[in-house]
Parts: sequence; C-alpha cells; structure tokens
Amino acid sequence: MENHTHIRVRELSVYYGREQALKNISVDIPEKRITAIIGPSGCGKTTLLKSFNRLIDSIDGVRVSGEISMNGDNIFNPKIDVTLLRKKMGLLSQRPHPLPMSIYDNVAYGPRIHGIRKKRKLDQIVEHYLKESSLWEEVRDRLHTPASGLSVGQQQRLCLARGLAVEPEIILGDEPTSALDPTASQRIEEKFLQLKARYTIVVVTHILRQAVRLADYVVFLYLGELIEHGPAEEVFKSPKKELTQGYIKGVIV
Amino acid sequence: MQKLQIIQDRVARQVMFALAAFAGLIVFLMAFGLFVRSRPILESFPLFELLSSSSWHPLKGEFGLFPFLLGTLWVTGVSIVVAVPFSLLCAIHLSEYATRRICEWVKPLIDLLAGIPSVVYGICGVLIIVPLIKNHLAPLFGTFSTGYTVLAGGLVLAVMVFPIIIHVALEVFSSVPYEVREASLALGATKWQTVKLVVLRKAMPGIIAAIVLGISRAFGETMAVLMVAGNVARVPKSVFDPAYPLPALIANNYGEMMSVPLYDSALLLASLVLLLVVVFFNILSRFVLIHVEKGIQ
Amino acid sequence: MSRKGSSKVNTRKVEEQFFKTLMIIATLIIISTLGVILLTVIMKGLPALSLSMITQTPKGGYYLGKEGGILNAIIGSLYLAGGATVLAILISLPIVMYFNIYAPKKSLFVSACRFSLDVLWGVPSIVFGAFGFTIMLFFGLRASLLGGIIAVALLVLPVMSRAMDEVVKMIPRDLLEASFSLGATRLQTAAKVVVRQALPGILTAVLVAFGRGIGDAASVIFTAGFTDSIPTSILRPAATLPLAIFFQLGTPFPEVQDRAYASALVLTAVILIISILSRVLAKSFTKHVVK
Repeated sequence: MENHTHIRVRELSVYYGREQALKNISVDIPEKRITAIIGPSGCGKTTLLKSFNRLIDSIDGVRVSGEISMNGDNIFNPKIDVTLLRKKMGLLSQRPHPLPMSIYDNVAYGPRIHGIRKKRKLDQIVEHYLKESSLWEEVRDRLHTPASGLSVGQQQRLCLARGLAVEPEIILGDEPTSALDPTASQRIEEKFLQLKARYTIVVVTHILRQAVRLADYVVFLYLGELIEHGPAEEVFKSPKKELTQGYIKGVIV
Repeated sequence: MQKLQIIQDRVARQVMFALAAFAGLIVFLMAFGLFVRSRPILESFPLFELLSSSSWHPLKGEFGLFPFLLGTLWVTGVSIVVAVPFSLLCAIHLSEYATRRICEWVKPLIDLLAGIPSVVYGICGVLIIVPLIKNHLAPLFGTFSTGYTVLAGGLVLAVMVFPIIIHVALEVFSSVPYEVREASLALGATKWQTVKLVVLRKAMPGIIAAIVLGISRAFGETMAVLMVAGNVARVPKSVFDPAYPLPALIANNYGEMMSVPLYDSALLLASLVLLLVVVFFNILSRFVLIHVEKGIQ
Repeated sequence: MSRKGSSKVNTRKVEEQFFKTLMIIATLIIISTLGVILLTVIMKGLPALSLSMITQTPKGGYYLGKEGGILNAIIGSLYLAGGATVLAILISLPIVMYFNIYAPKKSLFVSACRFSLDVLWGVPSIVFGAFGFTIMLFFGLRASLLGGIIAVALLVLPVMSRAMDEVVKMIPRDLLEASFSLGATRLQTAAKVVVRQALPGILTAVLVAFGRGIGDAASVIFTAGFTDSIPTSILRPAATLPLAIFFQLGTPFPEVQDRAYASALVLTAVILIISILSRVLAKSFTKHVVK
C-alpha cells in the first residue's frame, strides 16, 4: 500500500511570546489515513493542529519558523489566501460550537460565504452533508430551529457536517470526543473510520485507546518536542523511545 | 473578651445589612420623594394633559411639558444616530482587529473621554460645534441658524455617549467565545464575514443593551445640552431648530421655581418623568446584560 | 481556479478592507475628539489663566469683568467632593463587606441590591439634584454645602460601591477562610484582611468617585447654591467649579467668558490628574494580586 504525503512539516517551531510551544518539528502526514497526535496535555498537540490551518495566526504575539507544505505549497507563503487554505480543512473542536443560527444555516454557512446562493443547490448540500454525518434523520423536521437546541453529541455531528460542506480535503479533530458521552463518541469514531477513504484525517487525542482504535499513523509529542512518529502498529507495539514506552504504559500522564 | 467580639460582629452585621438595604432602596426612595412633591400639580391637572400640552407659561399656571419631552427625544435621537455607528465600529476594531498594544493605548483614552465633566463638553460645544453649525452646516443646507440647535446638542451628546456604548459593547464582544469565531474562520470565512455573520449576531442582545444604556445617558444629560441646545420652549421641526430638553428645563429654572405656585411641583414632576424613563431603560438593558453574561457560563 | 471563483474572493477582500478602513477611521475620530477637547480647553484657557484666578475670591463686580478669582469655587468643589466622597465611603465600605463577607452565597437580596445600584448608576445627575432638593425641603434645609454633599454622595455611591465590589470580589476565598480558621470574626477579617488586601483597588474606586463628584454640576445646582465667599460652615452655601464655569460663560462679557475657559482648564487638569493617579494605582494593584 503506497503512502502519499499530504502535509509535510519541516523544522516547525512556534513561539508564544518568549515561550516555545513547538520545537523543531518535522513530520509527514499521510494522505487518506487517520493520523493521531498524542501526548500529555500542554505538549503542543493543539498548536500543531492549528498550525495546519493557520488558526494560530490570530493569537497575539505568536511567531512561527519552519515550513508546512500541503500538496507541495508552503502554507506560510504570505501570498497564499488563508481563507482558501482553511476551506481545504474542516475543523472539529473540543466541544461543539454551533454558530448562532439554525441547523440549516450552520451547514449552509460555509457554502454561502464561498459564494453559493441558489436555494436549491443549498438545500441539496445541507441534506447531503447532514446524511453524511448521520444527522439527517434526527433533524430533518426541524432544520430551521436553532442549532443550540441539539444535544452535545448531535451538535458535534452538525459541526462535522458544517465542516464537510465546504468540501475540504482534510479533517482536523482537536480532541473531538472529549465533551461527548461514550455512545456519541463512538458514533464520531465510526464516522472517522468511514470518512478516511476520502479524507485525510488528523486527530489530536489524549485518550490512548482512542488512538489505538482509530490511528493508522501516530505522532507522539512531549513538551513541544516530537519524540516519535510512525505507523500506529509500530509505535504502539514496539516504541523505540523510552518516553513513548512510558506514555503508552501510562507512567507519564 | 470573646463575647464582646461576637457582639461587635453581630452589631456590625445589622448595620451593614441596613446600609445595603438602604442603598438598594435609593431608587425607590427617589421615585417616592419626587412623586410626593409632584402630587400638587398632578392633582391640579391630569397627567396626560401635562405631558401632551405645548403651552408652557408658569406665570399663567400652564405647565405643558410636551415641547420639552420632544426636545429631549430629538436631541437623544440625533446623538444615537451619530454615536452608534462610530462606537460600534470602534468597539469591533478594538475587540476583533487591533493588536493588544493598540488596545492598551486606546482604551485608557476612551476612559478619559468618559471622565471629562459635562460643563467642559458644553464649553467645547459652544466653541466648536455651535459656530460650525452656524457658519458652515446651516448655510450648506440653505437655512439660517444661530448654531444653538438640536444638532449641536445631539453632536455633543454623541461624543459623551461614545465611551458608554464602546465600553459595554467591548464587554459583550469579549463574552462571545473565541471558539465560535474559530469555527467560522476554519470554514474559510474572512474576518469581517466572521464578525458580521457570527460575532455581531451572537452579541446582538448585548449590543442593543449597550445602545439603550447610551440612550438613557443621553436622555438625562443636563449641563452640556443646556449650554448648546438653544432652550426655546417650542417643538423642534428640524435639526437646525433650537430645542429645550427636559433636563435643561429643570436646571435652568431652579432659581424662580419657589416663587411661582406649582412651578416647583411641575419641575419635580419633570424630574420624576426623567427618572422613570431612565430607570425603565436601565432595567431593560441590565436584564439583557445579565442574561448575556449567564449565557456564557 | 475559475475566473468566477477569484472574483468572488476579490469582493470579499474588498469588503474586508472597506470595513477595516471604516473601523480605523471611527477609532481615530473618537480618539481625536478627546484631543480636540483637551486642545480647545488648553488653548482657550491658558492665556486667561493667572495666579490671581486661583488664589483670590471674586471681588465686587467680578462677573462684570473686574478683579478677583475663583478660589471660592475651587475650595467649594474640594470641600463638596471631599465631603461627598467621605460620606460615600462610609456607606460603600460596609455595603461591600456585607455583599462579600457577611451575606450568604447566592443571596437574592445581594443580587437585588447590586442590580439596584447598577440602575442607580444610570440615573441622571439632575435627578439626584432634584431628589436632594426634596430631601432638603423635607428637613427644612436651605441650599448649603451639606445639601450638596448629600446629593453628590448619593450620585457617587453606585460608582464607588460597585467599583469596590468588583475589587473585593476578586479576593481569593481561601484568604478569608484562612482568617476565619484562625478564629477571627468576620468583622476582624473585613477590617484587617479584606481592606488591606483590596486597599489599592478601594483607593482607585474612591478616586474615580471623587473625580465624578468634582466634575458634576447638575446635582449641585439645586442643592449647594452658589456664593462668592469660601464656605465657613456646612450649613452655608458653597460655590463649585462646574457652576462657576457655567455662570461665567453665561455672562455677556468676553473677559469673563475667558475666565470660564481658564476655570475649565483648572477643572480638566484636576480630572486628568485624578484619572492618571487612579490608573497608576490600578496598575500597582494588578501587580500584587495573585491570580
């Protein structure tokens, strides 16, 4: 099975003011696989994830050095249009944050801001992606009610539909199940396993078992440094570094 | 010894409770006190007539407050129309766009603007805005004006209202979770799209509350308006007409009011009306703001 | 990329730039109004300002352009704002202690009081003046320093107590419990721990209230009266700076109007000094509080 690199990270360092959050990271994220970024909290997992769609830009006093390229283009190139870059990636955050509007408008938000105005086309998109995230049956009768009325699990699936509706190539998940109950988490995980046939998925998680269940490829960060990365099987079964062994055994939390 | 301390503690508790209750009741005491004093005029004339009559001749015993109410509404209206766009744009700039360093510079200056006494605003109105209207704006629109007008009052008030709207709006914006903005940005929205479609939408109740607080400030502001609005007891027909707002009426006539029958009662009724309107606006917007704050937690 | 797609991107970018420019202009205009106000007061006031203005009381015919100064108003304002501030402290401190130390957590009474104080904050100062006037009628008082002090104390009460409240609220609960567990009563805790811990913040609140009190005219117009002499007792009328400015501006004589500008400069300078002081204090406060 051949592995194409989708996101190439080279010597990436990120500083918040004087603090260095990421230290010289180089890693390749394979296409159409699930990559799990694991490590104890505060180790820079989320920073790495948000570097991919340059959401770290809006943090005050942030500095970045190094390179991230997607399909060969450097995303830190100042000429690049950030909005188009972000359109290529759907983000699922720790807890679902539905936009302050109806279920329908949440899914239609992305297509609309990118210029789709026709009602029929939007209707199709909304239905398609709500089905894609297995939410359609539950909400088809109340599409125009506020999204905040959904349960947390439903909201997270809505956020997934919202993210898919801009037709991204990559799905980024920042501990996407941490606010959900076990059943709702399971549904999201199942969704990921189905979606990886068509999307590259990067998931940050601090739940080791989740990483084991989902990941094809694993990146282990510790205190801003990349300790180990490789195919999931290798990393989990025979970690090369002592820190990784410790983390997997549960010694380092 | 121990016992003495406990007694002290208990007494202190009672005193503190009483003071807190007093503070909480001041608004009601005010309304009650003013009501008692305005009863004589309310017994002589029906309230509706007092509020809707345009003839104000205290010496003849006619106390129509209508021109003053309308004067206040005109001046407040102009000030809000001017203040809202500027303050909201400024608040959005500070909360969404400006770097922390710019905020650290600009916010104290806005606080300073809020601290300037209203007579000083009045003086600047007289020195800058009144001549501007007289010599430039009114001729531009082909009318004559002394400069002491609704427009002058409204513009001075607008500047006085800026800090209030900005301050409250900033608090409201900061209560919109960062992640909601992030969700929109992550979908490829531009910053302005995010502000327009998500932040403003989420913050709308709070923004309305901010505007209402601004209105109530403008509604009751006295000295600055008194100095620039012209004080002619006639219903204004355009922004280039003079106005005589309610607070100006009260402040301007404190001298003679005790010597004319019912005059003091009429002025205290005017104060009561002012109090009730402002309290109503304030209660409304505070409720909304408390709701907004709770929505976050 | 299709041509249609790129033109869409362009309109978005243009819109973004357009509104960003508007925002910067709005911010600049708002900041420059402050500049214009300060410049106007300085340019108009400085030439008319003289030593005798601030060291003498009005002599006969002062309002016709003759000799004298506004010392009566300066002293009157200091007395009045000072007295009102002290009175407001005497009410605010116990209230704030009650809110934060004595009252049960989540007390409805406390929330209602806080709400009522917030509403009171929005009440126009002319209404405080009118209410002060009704109180004075009730007690048979005439326009006097005392009347003014009462009206202004009520005016600054919400400002001061809510500002103190915010500061005292931030004191860590552990600190209070540490004091209780040493056997201190709540009163001792309030006096020793809370006041000491929150002192800079309390002082800031006091300064802000003083600034609001000294600058306010509408609340004293009914209550404090006006006089050319320095008040010798709290039952005598007192002149205040804002009213002195107002009256001088209202005369038809340019020399006297110039004095109004000079007086406005004095008042603005006082306000500026107070607000800078309170900012410095607030800064030193945040430095020492452990969050």
